[in-house]
Amino acid sequence: MHVLLDNLDLFRRGFVGTVALTGLSTVLALALGTVLTVFRVCPVPPLRVIGAAGVTVLCNTPLTLLFFGVTLGLPMLGLSGLSYFTLAVLTLGGYTSAFVCEALRSGINTVDTGQAEAARSLGMSFAQTTLLIVLPQAGRAVVPPVGSLLITLTKNSALAGGFSVYELFSVEKTLAEEGYAILTVFLWVALAYLALIMMISGVFRLLEHRLAVVR
Amino acid sequence: MTSGGSILFEAPGPRGRRRNRICSVLAVVGIAAVVGYVIVRLHDAGQFTWAMWEAFTYQGVQRRILIGALDTLKAFALAVVFSLLLGVLLATGRLSRHRVLRWPATALVEFFRAMPLLIMIFALYNMGWLRSWVAAVARFLREHLGQAGVWLADNFASPTLWALVIGIALYNGSVQAEILRAGARAVPRGQTEAAYALGMRKAQVTTTVVLPQAVRSMLPSIVGQIVVTLKDTSLGFIITYEELLYAGKLLAQNTATPAGYPYIPVLLVVGPMYIGMCLALSTFATWLAHRGRQQRRPGLRFRSPADHDRKPSG
Repeated sequence: MHVLLDNLDLFRRGFVGTVALTGLSTVLALALGTVLTVFRVCPVPPLRVIGAAGVTVLCNTPLTLLFFGVTLGLPMLGLSGLSYFTLAVLTLGGYTSAFVCEALRSGINTVDTGQAEAARSLGMSFAQTTLLIVLPQAGRAVVPPVGSLLITLTKNSALAGGFSVYELFSVEKTLAEEGYAILTVFLWVALAYLALIMMISGVFRLLEHRLAVVR
Repeated sequence: MTSGGSILFEAPGPRGRRRNRICSVLAVVGIAAVVGYVIVRLHDAGQFTWAMWEAFTYQGVQRRILIGALDTLKAFALAVVFSLLLGVLLATGRLSRHRVLRWPATALVEFFRAMPLLIMIFALYNMGWLRSWVAAVARFLREHLGQAGVWLADNFASPTLWALVIGIALYNGSVQAEILRAGARAVPRGQTEAAYALGMRKAQVTTTVVLPQAVRSMLPSIVGQIVVTLKDTSLGFIITYEELLYAGKLLAQNTATPAGYPYIPVLLVVGPMYIGMCLALSTFATWLAHRGRQQRRPGLRFRSPADHDRKPSG
């Protein structure tokens, strides 16, 4: 217990770091994932290819490699003003967006074809059909898988601690270096992650309940 | 999906075709611009000079990269074996009739699935008993098993390797257990009932009837999780296990050129190797899933010779 109480401020900073990292990456992942999904189903062939290629590459890249590439590569491309935190958000958000795209695309398959057909017979364009009719329903259908994606994102955010961002993994590293018993430190950090993950899964259970598509 | 067959848009008329063509051109130009910008910036930063790439022509450097790849594969192979063993063990535990087995198995699976892998690996890496244990085993191997023992100790007695392998095995083993359990629940009841009717014991039913079918139906998910296992070995980078990425980083750090350290060239060599390995595995998983779907299609149950000709491996 004294490990936690003695370093309460450290833990608080780490926890806030993880929450901020997860929250911002989530927003980016959902936005970028939706864009990628639209790319993959749109009538313009090159965009479909770009979407598919991007998702395939991102899904098959180890996150550590992506972190390494982004933290070294982006500053070299002229984006040198970015903080490590921003770079981490870009990495985590970009990585997760590929999986969000895969989830949304399978969500589109669950939407009744009659919906899209009705939209088209009303004279709606592709953009209208997709954004107003199909994607909202697909989104509601994929609430559970997106929830588990976000839990994975929370866990993946620990990797940012290895790339100069202050979050819960950094707390574990710092306290291990200071010579605290590693098992105790591990258990406290584990508890913090468990609390976060339970919160997310609770929120998503609620969302699932509220947004379920009645068929 | 072909542009005529989508349910999301009509087959384009003359105006739509023109608009799609314009969008296509814009997309291609946009991508070309981005790629061009990246190349120009990297060129300006001196990333394509000979000094940056010269190191890769040395045999010593090539060997180091190869050893890095082999170390990645070593950790991967060990992690896959242990995670599958653990997966079967935990799945059997969770399917058990006895609470004494079921509850601990459930607790372990739920805990390890919720833990960030890196946190676990780092904790294992810092645990004293793991180091002394590995050192003790290494000493035993060297003293009592002669040549083979020395080889084993040289190649496998590294606490970093085992921290990585044990961490990955605990996490992925728990996930594999859940996959297997889902597969076991999908095995038709009649299968177990028939097995019991033949007088098999519960353990026999689970190991010879239920689990084999669960493995078969869940094979795509299992291989998919093995891809995750491969990706997870890159976490060794953080605890300085000398896998592919870390070998590359060391290489870059030790090669000073006028334009700085060759991180980008190393990344351009090591990255595609990693992605290629993962891509090969996940293509295999997709192929398995595709094959499974074809086999389950009712029309194909009684195959005509023509079907066999088309897909002999089915």
